[in-house]
Amino acid sequence: MMQFMLLFSRQGKLRLQKWYVAQPDKARKKITRDLVTTILARKPKMCSFLEWRDLKIVYKRYASLYFCCAIEQQDNELLCLEIIHRYVELLDKYFGSVCELDIIFNFEKAYFILDELLIGGEVQETSKKNVLKAIAAQDLLQEDEMMDSILREHGLI
Amino acid sequence: MEVANTIKQVINDAVERVKMPAPLRLRDLIRMIRAARTAAEEREVVNKECANIRNTFRDEDSVWRCRSVAKLLYIHMLGYPAHFGQLECLKLIASPRFTDKRIGYLGAMLLLDERQDTHLLITNVLKNDLNSNAQFVVGLALCTLGTIASVEMSRDLAPEIEKLLKSSNAYLRKKAALCAFRIVRKVPELMEMFLPACRTLIAEKNHAVLITAVTLVTEMCEKSPDTYNYFKKMIPTLVRTMKTLILSGYSPEHDVSGVSDPFLQVKLLRLLRVLGRGDQEAAEAMNDLLAQVATNTETSKNVGNAILYETVHAIMDVQSESGLRVLAVNILGRFLLNSDKNIRYVALTTLQKTVTLDQNAVQRHRSTVLDCLKDPDVSIRRRAMELSFQLVVESNLESMTRELLAFLSRSEPEVKSVCASNLVSIAERYAPSPSWHFHTLYEILQAAGNYVRDDVVSSTLQLVSDSPAIQAEAVSLLWEAVKNLKNLEDYQPLVQVCCWCIGEYGDSLLSIPDVPMDEVLESFQQILWSPHVSIITRQYSIMALEKLSARVPDTTNRIRSIVDAFGSHLNVDLQQRAIEFGALCRSFDHLRGPILEKMPPMPVDKDSKRGTSNGAGDTNSNDVDLLIEDGISTSRDRDPTSSDSNVLLNIIDGLDGDNDLGMSSSSAVYDSSDFSFAMGFKNPQPPITTSSNIFGGVGGNDLLDLLGGSFGDELSTPAPEPLSLTSVGPNITSMPLFPNFTHSVAINGGTEISGQSQQHELIPGQYFPSSFFSMNKPEQQSSLWLGAEHDGIMSEYGKAILAYSDEHIWIIFVPLLAYSSQTTIVMQVRAGGRSSQSQVNDLIFQAAVPKSLQLTLDPPSGTSIVQGTVITQRVTIGNPSKATLKMKLKISYSVSGRSQEKIQEIHDFPADFGMS
Repeated sequence: MMQFMLLFSRQGKLRLQKWYVAQPDKARKKITRDLVTTILARKPKMCSFLEWRDLKIVYKRYASLYFCCAIEQQDNELLCLEIIHRYVELLDKYFGSVCELDIIFNFEKAYFILDELLIGGEVQETSKKNVLKAIAAQDLLQEDEMMDSILREHGLI
Repeated sequence: MEVANTIKQVINDAVERVKMPAPLRLRDLIRMIRAARTAAEEREVVNKECANIRNTFRDEDSVWRCRSVAKLLYIHMLGYPAHFGQLECLKLIASPRFTDKRIGYLGAMLLLDERQDTHLLITNVLKNDLNSNAQFVVGLALCTLGTIASVEMSRDLAPEIEKLLKSSNAYLRKKAALCAFRIVRKVPELMEMFLPACRTLIAEKNHAVLITAVTLVTEMCEKSPDTYNYFKKMIPTLVRTMKTLILSGYSPEHDVSGVSDPFLQVKLLRLLRVLGRGDQEAAEAMNDLLAQVATNTETSKNVGNAILYETVHAIMDVQSESGLRVLAVNILGRFLLNSDKNIRYVALTTLQKTVTLDQNAVQRHRSTVLDCLKDPDVSIRRRAMELSFQLVVESNLESMTRELLAFLSRSEPEVKSVCASNLVSIAERYAPSPSWHFHTLYEILQAAGNYVRDDVVSSTLQLVSDSPAIQAEAVSLLWEAVKNLKNLEDYQPLVQVCCWCIGEYGDSLLSIPDVPMDEVLESFQQILWSPHVSIITRQYSIMALEKLSARVPDTTNRIRSIVDAFGSHLNVDLQQRAIEFGALCRSFDHLRGPILEKMPPMPVDKDSKRGTSNGAGDTNSNDVDLLIEDGISTSRDRDPTSSDSNVLLNIIDGLDGDNDLGMSSSSAVYDSSDFSFAMGFKNPQPPITTSSNIFGGVGGNDLLDLLGGSFGDELSTPAPEPLSLTSVGPNITSMPLFPNFTHSVAINGGTEISGQSQQHELIPGQYFPSSFFSMNKPEQQSSLWLGAEHDGIMSEYGKAILAYSDEHIWIIFVPLLAYSSQTTIVMQVRAGGRSSQSQVNDLIFQAAVPKSLQLTLDPPSGTSIVQGTVITQRVTIGNPSKATLKMKLKISYSVSGRSQEKIQEIHDFPADFGMS
């Protein structure tokens, strides 16, 4: 089971954090700080895995963003790279060639997409199409509500 | 008038409203924060906005609540406190609008976790939404529950999840299955409720539902043997599902670079692995499939290798047929040649686990593994090194040692010390001859310089001392090496070994024609005066010089002048040695020869070297239902009879007790609990049973008489820790007998370094006949380690924890990473005083650990803390079952005559305590 996922920039700024195990805020911050410094210090020719406490850390850099996951001992680190890649593909499809700014300004969308891919640190959907469909349908619900309230404001309904 | 007031009020309100525009949009806030040039500026923007957000919350403004929470979530990600938004999230969730719910649930997942007291509130809103008719509302609730469910929430909401597992909607079924997974992880006994639904889910065609169901079932099978037995019947179904999956044609929706649904394949393999563990029949049912996956998977991309990697694990875990195992190891061998560093890395980690199962299959890939020692990636090199050490056997000893020595000399500092210690231990284990062993140790010392663990020095010395055949060669080899060293300070362990050998066997240098003694002495002078050489190395070399004076008589005068220069050295110990040597030459020159005689051979006791606890101690301790280990039960070379008597002594010693701390009282404390007991900080020296063999034949008693005076008085006065059973005063046995014994100088018998009494006491103790050395060797060595640690040159320290503190003293535990392993934690206990004025005496540190752990305490460096000195003691905790570390401490000491006794329990060791 994935215990948490962190997205951070090359400057070490946190862009997204998802915790599947309960941790007090202080511990989260410390873990994040530790891992961000460790990973940023690693050289590009080093492999994507490291052992950290009793977990395996899997990270991968996409452009200016690092995607970092903590998985348990019996989990498959090569597959974890695929999960990260799948998430990146989904972001890319959703935003249309995604960049760091998309994730900064639409961080809630990035969370929504992740929540349709994983639940409780496990994969819930292996079809890209289904994930995007679910997101699109929910976005549509939001838009409908917005239209509704605008019309209501202007006394049109 | 009233009307005018009302109008005024209305106008004021209108103005207020115009002045209060709609709150900042999320986008604009992000822009403003990003525009901040300094951290202070950013903080200002955030604080201002937080104040605004608080205001909208206070006003119960439901129109802007959603926007405020979204902004707060962004601020939270930047690391600012956002707990005040927790309740607002719950209000959003309760709103009928989907937009509100979506942000509300997102906020709940980020800001609440299972520790929050909002549990009841969130449980209620979740329950509400789980029963909603709108699929996406239920979806949000399921997602949130799957992320933050606590034990209580799991109990309260499990029935809802069970209902949803049977929903006709696949979107909800898959989410419910992962919620159930989370619930089972939290509260395993709720598992039964989900079992019936699982049976149907596991046969689903829908990939999403199937993968979540497989995840759930895997978890249940790992948690409960009953479920495991039940689902074992499903193996054929699962095998069929997997086969269909592999053979199914191209399906764009689930394919990843030509591999059909790798996520599902890996999960299925994992479940098969769990189900087939330790069951011959189950293994046979899946042999075919595993072979098929292992041979047919496309390996050009990472996905394929991810599946193969999982397959290898399955084959290794399941009792697969041997052909399949070889196939699996060969897959890993191919991985080692892969251009992708990640794949090479997992291959090495997996081979490390496999090597114990199938040594031969892994041996076949030895040369590939050795090639990985040259990998550009340091983590791969490190793994390859670890694996290489596992692959060393007698038959490949020579070639492996050569490769690893080459690796050692080119590796980076952080790897060097681990590599060096591993080499030392394989050399020790497999050495075909003492000569080979010595040459290997010598090369390790040369290649690793200061990065060798400090026990390498003592084991090399022991080896040389125990093998007379190599002594002459060793001396000349070491001398050649040290003579040619450019920077002595980087090779201090080597210099130490060289010094010691020259001191002991320096006379053999005379037989080599082109070694002038002058040159040797010059080198010594250089070592002694070079600024970066540690005190320990200097102690070695001063001691060696003194000994050399007895080997090569015509050097005595020159040596005296070199040593005399240290009579005013700032370091108390060096100074003391120099003055003592002076006194010895001046007043007792007839004794110098016998006193500085060669040490007798120190036989190597391989069993105790492995750190196993003393067997005799165990049996004896059963009688008193306590495992009493004094520091000395770790000693290395005692014949069985003396070991027995010593242990007996220890026990009696403990039971009779001193310093009001008899075992009778301690057993009252610890007897009932499940603790084994060890004593420490107590008597740093082994009890001596007879006096005759100590002084036998060398005129030791004369020495006592000669030096008489105050020393005699010292002996006859009862020591602070009376060891009434020992027929010779304990102070003698505690004397420093070796250069490296210095760190206990300050403390033997509770005396402090100050004034004359110490001089009186130490002079005679320093030089005992050589027969004495063998008696005390264990102590020499352990304090040699202590000394080195104290100096901080060669050990890696882990993160220390404060174990105990009060108004007088503090005690910290410093893990010594270089000595620790997965199953052993070695740490240094350091005790110091709070105030430099008051003096702490008779400090006794005792520790107990649960019975599944083994505790060994080395002798402490002393029992008194004065003027900022620190007492150190080495503690080894064996933890073969990797149980949680717990400790009970009993600390007693006296301050200005009043004795104190404290008990402390430590439960909260950090999980990684002592691990590197």
